[in-house]
Amino acid sequence: MAFIPHTQQDIAAMLATIGVDSIDQLFDEIPEALRAGILTHVPEEMSEMDVLRLMSDRAASDANVSSFIGAGAYEHHIPSAVWDIATRGEFMTAYTPYQAEASQGTLQLIYEFQSMMTQLTGLDVANASLYDGATALAEAILMAARYNKRFAGKKVLLPRNIHPHYLQTVKTIVAHQGIELAEIDFSATTGQIDLACLAQFKPDDVLAVVIAQPNFFGVMEDVDAMTDWAKSHNALVIGVVNPTSLAALKPPGQWGTEGADIAVGEGQPLGVPVASGGPYFGFMCAKQALVRQMPGRIVGRTTDLDGKEGYTLTLQAREQHIRRGKATSNICTNQGLTVTAATIYLSLLGLEGLKRVANDCVVKTHQLVSELTKLPGVELLFNSPYFHECALRLPVDGHVIQQKMQEKCITPGLNLQPYFPEFGNALLLCVTETKTDADLSCYVDAFKACLK
Amino acid sequence: MGMIPAELKYAKTHEWVRTEDDGTVTVGITDHAQHALGDIVYVDLPEVGDTLKAGQEAGVVESVKAASDIYAPISGEVIAVNDELADNPEMINNDPYTGGWIFKLKPLDVNELDDIQDSDVYKEWCESGDH
Amino acid sequence: MTIFDISTTGRRATAQAPLNIANVDDLIPKALQRSQETILPEVSELEVVRHYTRLSQKNFSIDTHFYPLGSCTMKYNPRGAHHAASMPGFKQRHPLAPLVYSQGYLSCIYELQEFIKDVTGMKGVSLTPMAGAQGEFAGVAMIKAYHLSRGDFVRDEIIVPSAAHGTNPATAVMCGFKVKEIPVKSDGDVDLEALKQVVTERTAGIMLTNPSTCGVFERDIETISKMIHKAGGLLYYDGANLNAILGRVKPGDMGFDVMHLNLHKTFATPHGGGGPGSGPVAVGERLLPFLPTPIVGKQHQSEKVTYYWLTEKDIPQSIGRLSAFMGNAGILLRAYAYSLLLGRDGMHEVAEFSTLNANYLLKRLEQAGFKIAYPTRRASHEFLISFSREAKEYKVSAMDVAKRLLDYGFHAPTTYFPLLVPECFLIEPTETESKEIIDAFVEAMINILDEIKSNADIVKKAPHSLPVKRLDDVKAVKELDVRWESGKNS
Repeated sequence: MAFIPHTQQDIAAMLATIGVDSIDQLFDEIPEALRAGILTHVPEEMSEMDVLRLMSDRAASDANVSSFIGAGAYEHHIPSAVWDIATRGEFMTAYTPYQAEASQGTLQLIYEFQSMMTQLTGLDVANASLYDGATALAEAILMAARYNKRFAGKKVLLPRNIHPHYLQTVKTIVAHQGIELAEIDFSATTGQIDLACLAQFKPDDVLAVVIAQPNFFGVMEDVDAMTDWAKSHNALVIGVVNPTSLAALKPPGQWGTEGADIAVGEGQPLGVPVASGGPYFGFMCAKQALVRQMPGRIVGRTTDLDGKEGYTLTLQAREQHIRRGKATSNICTNQGLTVTAATIYLSLLGLEGLKRVANDCVVKTHQLVSELTKLPGVELLFNSPYFHECALRLPVDGHVIQQKMQEKCITPGLNLQPYFPEFGNALLLCVTETKTDADLSCYVDAFKACLK
Repeated sequence: MGMIPAELKYAKTHEWVRTEDDGTVTVGITDHAQHALGDIVYVDLPEVGDTLKAGQEAGVVESVKAASDIYAPISGEVIAVNDELADNPEMINNDPYTGGWIFKLKPLDVNELDDIQDSDVYKEWCESGDH
Repeated sequence: MTIFDISTTGRRATAQAPLNIANVDDLIPKALQRSQETILPEVSELEVVRHYTRLSQKNFSIDTHFYPLGSCTMKYNPRGAHHAASMPGFKQRHPLAPLVYSQGYLSCIYELQEFIKDVTGMKGVSLTPMAGAQGEFAGVAMIKAYHLSRGDFVRDEIIVPSAAHGTNPATAVMCGFKVKEIPVKSDGDVDLEALKQVVTERTAGIMLTNPSTCGVFERDIETISKMIHKAGGLLYYDGANLNAILGRVKPGDMGFDVMHLNLHKTFATPHGGGGPGSGPVAVGERLLPFLPTPIVGKQHQSEKVTYYWLTEKDIPQSIGRLSAFMGNAGILLRAYAYSLLLGRDGMHEVAEFSTLNANYLLKRLEQAGFKIAYPTRRASHEFLISFSREAKEYKVSAMDVAKRLLDYGFHAPTTYFPLLVPECFLIEPTETESKEIIDAFVEAMINILDEIKSNADIVKKAPHSLPVKRLDDVKAVKELDVRWESGKNS
């Protein structure tokens, strides 16, 4: 049943008011040939109890795994208050805050979110969020091109050590704008962007440089040197950053002497469950000069008729509902609900709490890696400092390890072979604060057993 | 309708054109256009040195809830832009024909001016419909 | 008062972070460490709970208010669907988890793909687009890929009716097309003569919403479909208004080649204050090779059924990936649960009762003296009224009426869209609202009409009873203040 409140009396009265005999008659403008018969692939209706039972059984079959995969989605402790409040009907079932006076809750929350993100990234302005980290990067590249109108013939440098799915998403989304994407290699020993690869580019060849910190392998880049190189070549710098790491690492606004121009990233680590990949949210921050080229919603503080403070969507003339074909993007979503969760999460943790989480992840990852690299044939793939993810070379096929450790209900990490066959047997693992010493011991024991 | 000074010429896209003594032309948007847009909050100006064709987009005027392209009424090279509009875009609302000018062109072909409406034709055109 | 303003140095929500701060000085090079102090709020857990609970109370929402927002389908979001999607096994599943830990999730997603094929009359579905606008992007990018794959390089135009959503032209441009706008006639249907003029060998396709944003069913759709196909173009269906015909008319049967659905509208997933949405794309035979990845496949190995991911290896001509993983998974699960709750008959009822409610509300407003934009037409699940008369006689705008409705406890309908009807409201009551609520809304509208005539100022200065009065949005742009800063006036 479609949650319909109408009684037979209601229906009769409504039809009488309209002046028709049946509901069917309301569809009389639709050509006969187009009216569909019964649906064949949608089942008969089910009660809520039956639906919950069915989905509970299915969810259970995916549950109870100790996962050590990061690779763009990170399992962190989520304070109970976060989703208790975020799922209040007033937040969860509100529409886009176009009627500002009836949406002050959502609008003020987004303003607070923007403030927190500018603080974390060290940049001037933030938008109300984009779909996810990958699309935020694609939008950042489009934004850089709009900012630099005379970009024809210039390249956007995309290092191959950013998340491979981000690279693919960028290619899909920016494909039609005449922007030239140039993939650049990373060093096989350090895992960092290979500065030698950059020598081929002259000043003004480059529109923008993308730098991931930490990169897909968890390796920390020399962001200062990269940013200074980009600036000396008149290129914009787009940082792709993990928000948890920003509590411990230098913010993009302070990279090099001038700072990055745009910072984007996946907001999921801030209170959003890994949940099969979404809904997450992408964040985007930038220097003030770029604000008019930003895609998506932005909330501003203003005053009402009485001079009282209030919040409203601002700079809307950039957006599709006004600018149509000339909008900065076709986007008309921000991931409001997950942004609500993230704002509550950041309030609860504060900088101190976030730093404790970040440092705990770093230490635990190093703890596990140091145990594993004691084992024969297991070694670091790269010799650079890493954050809370680490790529390891294995003596056996990563897929085999994964299958064997499944018996202990452990997912040891992401098998890198399908993404980077050149590494041979390799694994990317991540440890967050959610893992205990006992979890790490179980991992090491199960791993050892695989090597026997 | 707003003010439509008789000495200016008018494009159908609501730009006015004034021919200066030195042969250059000054371009802005009409009183009618500024009124339809409402409070103007931002102006995107062309760059000095740009060469524009007649009818080509030269910039954008934004109000809170609308944005309107400004087109070059005739072909020419942009020789000046009104930088003051960056901080005071409301000058277009307050003073569309003098302080609110937007850019100046050095015409490529002055004959193109003949293709633009005179004030009475523009007035009639505005009155004729919901432009 | 923002959360920053109630911050007190040294205060913390102590239960929410590791008890000790680990030393990472040996692990992170000094030059890469953060030295800048960030100003994040320093507050207790109770302060956070109270602050955001109070903020929530400043919102209108479906759970608290009637929300007749045209083209947005603000219907009841069943709590059961939310709970079903929030099962721990779903929430904890990593998007890159091995298949063995994914069969429960993938089976739901596979079945949702099948449901969507059924209700749309299409041949293939990709659930990856994360919102309607991304679905549109995927659809138009597929149209482009289709033409290019046939060596047809001259098609660089997309036709869009003037009443279309702003996302349509914005999307066409993002995909590198030029936009050709065509007018809508005074009865709400597309102007076929004008369409004939713009259909050429350069036409890549047309984007249509049907029922249209004028709130009427496009009666000439079969003619339009033939005309575009004959010229070698394809038809894109914007699913914004699918609620009006769910289960009763399949876009595939109308001749559409590709479409997106808005699960946050038609499939009742929560809007979340502006997102997340979900915008799956469905395609006919011709566009199957171009669907965005990943898609869920199903295989039978001996007795056992397993589900797996189809990627670009399986769909080499795919337009590619649109997100880091596969779209807004949790929204897909809610839509799946909603489909099960409704069942096949419930889907039909959606169209029937949303149409009944709209036509009833239209008739009541017409009787009360409001100006109906298309009085000779049936309403779809929404309809347009115009305040052009009131604007002229009393200088009261549609926006004034919208703000006054807030005082009466109703969220305003969509205002000023589509642009071709001056001073308009686009009103969509949805199927989940009762006759009593609709009647109460009519009463409020009648009261406001009286106020316009007797005391227009009360309408022009509305709202009066909300947390703030009308906001200065000119100041919001000119004196741009988009983040809190210490010491800044608040």
